[in-house]
Amino acid sequence: MASEQSSAPQNGQSGEIETHVVIVGAGPVALFAVFELGLVDIECHLIDILDKPGGQCAELYPEKPIYDIPGLPVVSGQELTDRLMEQIEPFGPTFHFNQRVDQLERLKDGRFRLITDTGQAFVAKVVVIAAGGGSFTPKRPPLQGIEAFEGQSVFYSVRRIEDFRDRNIVIAGGGDSALDWTHALAPVAASLGLVHRRDKFRASPDSVNRMLKSVEAGDMEFVLGQVTGLQGEGGKLRSLTIRDNNGEETERPCDCLLPFFGLTMKLGPVADWGLNLHENLIPVDTEKFETSEKAIFAIGDINTYPGKLKLILSGFHEAALMAQQAHAYVHPGEKLLFQYTTSSSSLQKKLGVK
Amino acid sequence: MPKITYIEHNGTEHVVDAEVGMTVMEAAIKNKVPGIEAECGGACSCATCHVYVTDSWRKTTGEPEEMEEDMLDFAFDVRESSRLSCQIRVTDELDGLVVHVPEKQF
Repeated sequence: MASEQSSAPQNGQSGEIETHVVIVGAGPVALFAVFELGLVDIECHLIDILDKPGGQCAELYPEKPIYDIPGLPVVSGQELTDRLMEQIEPFGPTFHFNQRVDQLERLKDGRFRLITDTGQAFVAKVVVIAAGGGSFTPKRPPLQGIEAFEGQSVFYSVRRIEDFRDRNIVIAGGGDSALDWTHALAPVAASLGLVHRRDKFRASPDSVNRMLKSVEAGDMEFVLGQVTGLQGEGGKLRSLTIRDNNGEETERPCDCLLPFFGLTMKLGPVADWGLNLHENLIPVDTEKFETSEKAIFAIGDINTYPGKLKLILSGFHEAALMAQQAHAYVHPGEKLLFQYTTSSSSLQKKLGVK
Repeated sequence: MPKITYIEHNGTEHVVDAEVGMTVMEAAIKNKVPGIEAECGGACSCATCHVYVTDSWRKTTGEPEEMEEDMLDFAFDVRESSRLSCQIRVTDELDGLVVHVPEKQF
């Protein structure tokens, strides 16, 4: 199965990828859509902001048991993801991880162009939005006025280490991301402080030991406490207020803050694609699960219709019906014969079991 | 049924009837208490059902287990009384429990 892990554009602006269907999202419903589309000879590219398939199943509850998948009395989020990946392998989908679809426009020939935040462009006959609760985005600490500093002094990710050279950096958080970036930025920072509420970390012991050694060597500082305030003007951060665990507040000079408090789901750019929305969900019909725009479908948690249940199994059903209509757009004029995988030799050939 | 009081940051109180066996988060969601988001649905993996347990109740609700303590790293303005409400199971002993909801979950 082809997989493009890197967040850097693989082919640049010119390396447009043409395909039948682009699926926005790679959660369980998106994965099963690959299966249903594959059975009717449709190839797919999937784009997901996470670095792995499975969506919420893999990100939020990989080890938690799910009890309402038909035929699987109990299955963990990760196992369901793994099994779906196995099930769709015959169809060879291509995954594009660490990318978010930012733009979606209809071309003159009726197809769609999608562009991701890394500049990768796709052209497809059909778009399937299977984006669940939206895209996982870094949590923004509810600090007064933080928005004004974002992009200049407050960052939620690091694209280029060089941009952080000679800055007085504070990293807030105690997880793997916080520690990983502590290691990466220590060599270039003018000063570096890690602010965390306790002296325990939710990160690999290796990473923690490395950080403690850097502190010992004087390359950085570890500050026990939490950031409670920001000071500065015109987007330029001057200092942070840090409260220690006894409630005492101190000010620390800082011109660059990197908060790492995990991810939250936000609808994101889907809202700007000209689709009808209802309370941040996409209304669809219940025959084809098509949106207000022809050839753009929405399946899984992100859609809404009378009686909608946000269950994985509902999303599977929606994927099957969507594929029937997608076939009409991708292979116009071709007759679609309803067949069972149990008995159809042509379907079994596609699945590689015959 | 045990009664639980949720006090919003602005002081608004919500008293709800909670069934024994459900979690303090579920009782809040079922009764549409503002400020408890519970994005992950109770899997202890998002830290958006953060509450502060009133001091007099902390002994009865108990202390967070390691997984919850880890996840509290992803909450904002964490204090000694901080708990994730999806990890507090409602019992008869918790009748009268009072928790405070933070200003923002994130």
